[in-house]
Amino acid sequence: MRPPRAPPAALALALALAAAAPAAGGAPARVVSLNLCTDQLAMLLAAPGQIAALSHVARDPRASAMATEAMAHPVTHGGAEEVFALAPDLVLAGTFTTRATVELLRRLGVAVVEVPPPGSVAAARAAIVTVGAALGREAAAAALLAEFDAGLARLAAPPGPRPRAAIYAAAGWTGGAASLSGEILSRAGLANLAAELGLDAGGYLPLELLVLAEPALLVLARPYPGASRAEELLTHPALAALAAGRPAIRPDDADWVCGTPHLLRALAALRAARDLLPEAR
Amino acid sequence: MSYPAILLALALAVAALFAASLMVGPAGLPASASLRALFGAEGRALVLVMQEIRLPRALLAAAVGAALGLAGAAMQGLLRNPLAEPGLLGVSAAAALGAVVALQTGLAAAFALALPVAALAGAGLAAGLMLAVAGPRGGTLALILAGIALSALAGAATALVLNLSPNPFAAAEIVFWTMGSLRDRAMSHLWLALPFLALGAAMLLTARRGLDALTLGEEAAATMGTGLVRLRILVVGGTAALVGAATAVAGAIGFVGLVVPHLVRPLCGGLPSRSLPAAALGGAAMLLAADLATRLLAPERDLKLGVVTALIGAPFFLHLILRTARAEA
Repeated sequence: MRPPRAPPAALALALALAAAAPAAGGAPARVVSLNLCTDQLAMLLAAPGQIAALSHVARDPRASAMATEAMAHPVTHGGAEEVFALAPDLVLAGTFTTRATVELLRRLGVAVVEVPPPGSVAAARAAIVTVGAALGREAAAAALLAEFDAGLARLAAPPGPRPRAAIYAAAGWTGGAASLSGEILSRAGLANLAAELGLDAGGYLPLELLVLAEPALLVLARPYPGASRAEELLTHPALAALAAGRPAIRPDDADWVCGTPHLLRALAALRAARDLLPEAR
Repeated sequence: MSYPAILLALALAVAALFAASLMVGPAGLPASASLRALFGAEGRALVLVMQEIRLPRALLAAAVGAALGLAGAAMQGLLRNPLAEPGLLGVSAAAALGAVVALQTGLAAAFALALPVAALAGAGLAAGLMLAVAGPRGGTLALILAGIALSALAGAATALVLNLSPNPFAAAEIVFWTMGSLRDRAMSHLWLALPFLALGAAMLLTARRGLDALTLGEEAAATMGTGLVRLRILVVGGTAALVGAATAVAGAIGFVGLVVPHLVRPLCGGLPSRSLPAAALGGAAMLLAADLATRLLAPERDLKLGVVTALIGAPFFLHLILRTARAEA
């Protein structure tokens, strides 16, 4: 529930919105997003002027596929007070992070739409529909979906051999068949080593199992600045020796952490790497 | 049991645990194939697993354990206090702080030796400070309280540095720096630590006659020609080198330096010169066993070494406090 406004302020706001946004009936006018993935969906779907603020992560080029676009919008650090002060009429949030903020905003009467982190392409498509409906931008969502589906169809792997690939990120994390990255791997025409080892949802893949499996393609994570032991693993001599004997690609993390059509870029990179493998012919 | 027999028994335990450490891993390889792979007589992948993953882990467990056992025995000798131990006195925590600073400032990336050197500097500062605060005789209460304060300070500073890191994984690794792990270490880590471990061990073994004399009291030791200043420099410097290098590659691991010297001392007749080599062997055995336990109890979870050593060491520590309090009462 928004606090009642004094008429002149309301008038000023209405004028500002009329200038910027095609005021659709009942569509929220001040949308605040708290989550990297809803940030990107909001940027892809919202009408001009509809976004009041994004999360600060949206501007981080290592995590966000739309960091440049995000520079045009204000950002918050996701604190309830900070968000409430922006007087949003809709808050978009993930289901995992900023839990306390979401609870508090709901108690203050702010409408919150929660979008689960995408675990599959189907979930990513559903998130586009959900956010489109919440923003009152159903047509934009339908257009984005059509574009996404066309891309998926264009990049679908031809029937044929499926060379084995292993995703290996910081600390040895790998995406299983039931994860978004696992599904992208499979759509690119690759067999996922994690699935073979029974890591269905993904998990930590011990380095020695990776070395012994000798996958045809290594899909590695790009390191962040600063130092960490988790990423030091990616320079382990045993991994380096393994990588010396086969191709390794490092897709941009930002392209496949969220269920947006940017997934197509990761899919295209994997497809291209797969098509070059001798095992794929 | 005679002293050489004790050393032999400990060495055999280390050898057996070392072999077991090489045989345990997620791949569950047959023993004969692993053994051949260790010497390069198998397929390339198997050789990589044995030589680049399991061998460095086992070697580091032995080396780090020996360093911690030796450092604990030497500190207890110098301070003549059974509760002195690098982990409890904040020396390990300060070494971890030094290592974290070297890593997060990029110093270690520019110059690999900066990692052990910074950890050594942290450990040396802490050990020196401890000696200054608690006094040469090391009154139990002052020693333990100063250790708590120093551990808390170094731990907080470590958490601060890791929280400020631009790397999203760094903050999650506070637990590695406070609890220690040998998962996925490489030969390069061993080569980085080994020179400092050798230097520290040499310094402490040089100090062993002085520590023997010190058991009779400072005045007696002085009349026997033991230079107390030189002795302190040797023990503090040697401990700093051992704990610094060990912590730089394996994180801070507590209680090894407390438990092991206590177990071997009665067997060695109470003389530091005899208990030092036994504590080194015992420490190697304890850490090899603890590392095996982390892999057998929770193979996929990267259970921290410090968890296992604390589960064994902390009750032991309480027992020692009670005994010390009773002796002082």
